Amino acid sequence: MVGSDDLNLNRRDLMVGAGACAAMPAMPGTAKAQPGPDGNPVEFQVSLTVNGKSHTRNVDTRTTLLDLLRENLHLTGTKKGCDHGQCGACTVIVDGRRINSCLTLAVMQEGSSVTTIEGLGQPDNLHPMQAAFIKHDGYQCGYCTPGQICSSVAMLEEIKAGIPSHVTADLLAPVQPTETEMRERMSGNICRCGAYSNIVEAITEVVERQG
Amino acid sequence: MKFDTPAGTSPIDQLKVIGRPTDRIDGKYKTTGTAPYAYERHDAVPNQAYGFVLGSAIAKGRIDAMHLSDARSAPGVLAIVTTLDTPRLGRGRMNAAYLFGGPVIQHYHQAIAVVVAETFEQARAAAHLIRVDYRQEPGKYDLEAEAPHAEPVASDSGEGSGAPHEARIGNFEEAFAAAPVKLDESYTTSDESHAMMEPHATIAAWNGDKLTLWTSNQMIAWGKGSIAKILGIPAENVRLDAPYVGGGFGGKLFIRADAVLAALGAKAAGRPVKLALTRPLIANNTTHRPATIQRIRIGANPDGTITAIAHESTSGNLADGKPETAVDQTRLLYAGANRLTALRLAHLDLPEGNAMRAPGEAPGLLALEIAMDEMAEKLGIDPVQFRIINDTQVDPEKPERRFSHRDLVGCLRHGAERFGWDRRQQQPGHVRDGRWLVGYGMAVGFRNNLLTKSAARVRLDGRGMVTVETDMTDIGTGSYTILAQTAAEMMGVPLEMVNVRLGDSAFPASAGSGGQWGANNSTAGVYAACVKLREAVAAKLGFNSAEAVFADNEVRSGNRSVPLAAAASGGELVAEDMIEYGDLAKKQQQSTFAGHFAEVGVDAATAEIRVRRMLAVCAAGRILNPKSARSQVIGAMTMGVGAALMEKLAVDTKRGFFVNHDLAGYEVPVHADIPHQDVVFLDEVDPMSSPMKAKGVAELGICGVGAAVANAVYNATGIRVRDYPLTLDKLIERLPEAV
Ligand code: FES
Ligand code: FES
Repeated sequence: MVGSDDLNLNRRDLMVGAGACAAMPAMPGTAKAQPGPDGNPVEFQVSLTVNGKSHTRNVDTRTTLLDLLRENLHLTGTKKGCDHGQCGACTVIVDGRRINSCLTLAVMQEGSSVTTIEGLGQPDNLHPMQAAFIKHDGYQCGYCTPGQICSSVAMLEEIKAGIPSHVTADLLAPVQPTETEMRERMSGNICRCGAYSNIVEAITEVVERQG
Repeated sequence: MKFDTPAGTSPIDQLKVIGRPTDRIDGKYKTTGTAPYAYERHDAVPNQAYGFVLGSAIAKGRIDAMHLSDARSAPGVLAIVTTLDTPRLGRGRMNAAYLFGGPVIQHYHQAIAVVVAETFEQARAAAHLIRVDYRQEPGKYDLEAEAPHAEPVASDSGEGSGAPHEARIGNFEEAFAAAPVKLDESYTTSDESHAMMEPHATIAAWNGDKLTLWTSNQMIAWGKGSIAKILGIPAENVRLDAPYVGGGFGGKLFIRADAVLAALGAKAAGRPVKLALTRPLIANNTTHRPATIQRIRIGANPDGTITAIAHESTSGNLADGKPETAVDQTRLLYAGANRLTALRLAHLDLPEGNAMRAPGEAPGLLALEIAMDEMAEKLGIDPVQFRIINDTQVDPEKPERRFSHRDLVGCLRHGAERFGWDRRQQQPGHVRDGRWLVGYGMAVGFRNNLLTKSAARVRLDGRGMVTVETDMTDIGTGSYTILAQTAAEMMGVPLEMVNVRLGDSAFPASAGSGGQWGANNSTAGVYAACVKLREAVAAKLGFNSAEAVFADNEVRSGNRSVPLAAAASGGELVAEDMIEYGDLAKKQQQSTFAGHFAEVGVDAATAEIRVRRMLAVCAAGRILNPKSARSQVIGAMTMGVGAALMEKLAVDTKRGFFVNHDLAGYEVPVHADIPHQDVVFLDEVDPMSSPMKAKGVAELGICGVGAAVANAVYNATGIRVRDYPLTLDKLIERLPEAV
């Protein structure tokens, strides 16, 4: 067993030692990002643009883009459902592509241009996708909703750009925004409230309006 | 207001606002990311520190020591509260396991410490530096192994489903033995996780001995009482606030570790603390729907009349936990003179089993409605017809007790026609569409309607704005909108003139969100408060309140009309009341009904199952808002597909925990799994339920869905799987030859 006398070991040794002994790491299987060698957080300066506004911040190198948005910039529209890239609640658009903001560190986004749900539209100035979600009741609790909306906006751009998916039958023809394509491409965004049928109707309406 | 005689005509029946498919009034906030959930209340209180909860790495035993020196000296750490330096705390309402305190470990990932630090990253890193000396004890983790030792136990799910340990009518054994056609089969359902998208989260702040919790909880008044009990402080010192809740499904009915540890952490740090349970902690730290082993026996005459029906269910739980009440619906759903239901409970040292969407009926109908399909086949009777033959308008255990309104037959007939049920091939495994074996299935949905008191306050201001205040929650259910619709209808104003404020324990206590009781009861509470407000307005304006008509922002009687706002010109008018119920629900059985229909394709080579079409036809009283009610039903149908095809917490029967405790391992339906869903509400009212004449739909929507899918898989393949979920490994070896 690793006792408190072993403090001269560095932390990595301690973690390894603890894992092999009766004193188990209390949280098996979770992220174990470490601070710097002196124990203090390593901070790094990062400059990025969020919804058209530039920000320069010193951030802990362990901070995700998601937590930078939510905790530092107080842009809480982007949601944390899992923190592990498993749910899509944290979807934002970075340089035109949708990503899970929990899966990228803030320091990796130097110079990036980020669009969050707050940047797409506001309560009195809704983006067409936001309006379509309201009209088709494409949500219930609302917690997955910003992620669904950011994802669907970027997803339609991917289709326009001709990027194929798992269900694209003909790789040579232009990709069509069919329901099957949309369902496949939106499958990284979980809605436990189960609004899928309505979400697809909302996106379809936006597609049809765009012509 | 006491509701003890059937509802007559009221302003609600005008249906100018009520009953319309109105867009949600909170929609523009939810879709723009401006609806604040618990963890996001930066504005609520300054100087918030971050908490990180540590869970036990063993399932059963004791903690001998916790080594904290590294964690304490880690950067940014403000406080650490461990289970060893906290005496075992009391339990809140319906908690079976203790949430915190003392050295004893009852289940895996039970909370054992909270670390408070300046940042999330610091709290998380420091929590990983805590080392724990455990003394592990052997535990019982395998339901199948423990089932033979299970004891008979009566239960009430706390969410409207209940059964005695054994209920007997007539002589089941004799009638079953004598029945010309018989079925005797066993079915199993899996442990399931609520997996709501918003993790359990709380910000706690102390002001002297007063505690405020910005939290995510379905039942505010219960939560307030529970947190007071757990922490040993007076309830009047506690305030809960939860204006938005990112899903619950029963997982946030009760106070959980997030609220308790945020409060303890805030006390220790002398600062407000915010924390959320990490996703990997949720499946084992919080509650789940327990797995069941069910045996069903049905005996019938060749004409399809059921003469004997028995349903027995065994589930497991911790000491002080309850059995899953999976037999409840079988007491009420079908006719039959000789009946038996029995509940058994095995002791398990797995995490706590508790209510999840339609506790009891959801797993119970998964089994019963396969059994009915099997029985119909044995009888050579169409499955829809077999249910119609055995419909009952009275409680089969107490025939003098009628159903208040029961149109299950209407659901089935309408559903069969709309779905094209007559195109179903009775012979399974006979329809091919390219690589797909195609099948149709159906099942009945059934869930009781529950009446519980609910209070609200309504205010009228000098601009004619009506404000509703109640501690009711909107967990995705549409509460904001239907409460606004109720007040608008009652006060004769458009929806834009109504403001709704929810989720604050400072407001009158409502029914809360659970057991599909929220919509009917909370709107009835607002109705009661509005009746009082109308009286106050009439008195103020010199109208006879019985004659006054409230419409178009005016109050009218005879040829006199006055703007509603005028009543409040001298100051705001405020009225508060509560709906309470007499014994109408005892005299007549109040339930909700559905016919669920599904079409599936099963890949003839790989056994991959795809749901192709789904339809639910519901009979559930007046539908207050068909748009949000439909969403409740399609959401429940989606969860039903999960139960049928993929959802299963995998138990490590050696170490005693749910292995797949995140959203990658615990699979829930995604976009690609769900086709277009069709929902029909039969046009009906139930004047026995409340002045609103409404009933619940949110849980009805999941009841029976999984069995409809399972029956469709049978119809497609001829393979009868009685063990949920129907994963392809259970089919692939038995797929029809000649493919
Ligand atoms: S929070 Fe990023 S994918 Fe779930
Ligand atoms: S709206 Fe609740 S999870 Fe999608």
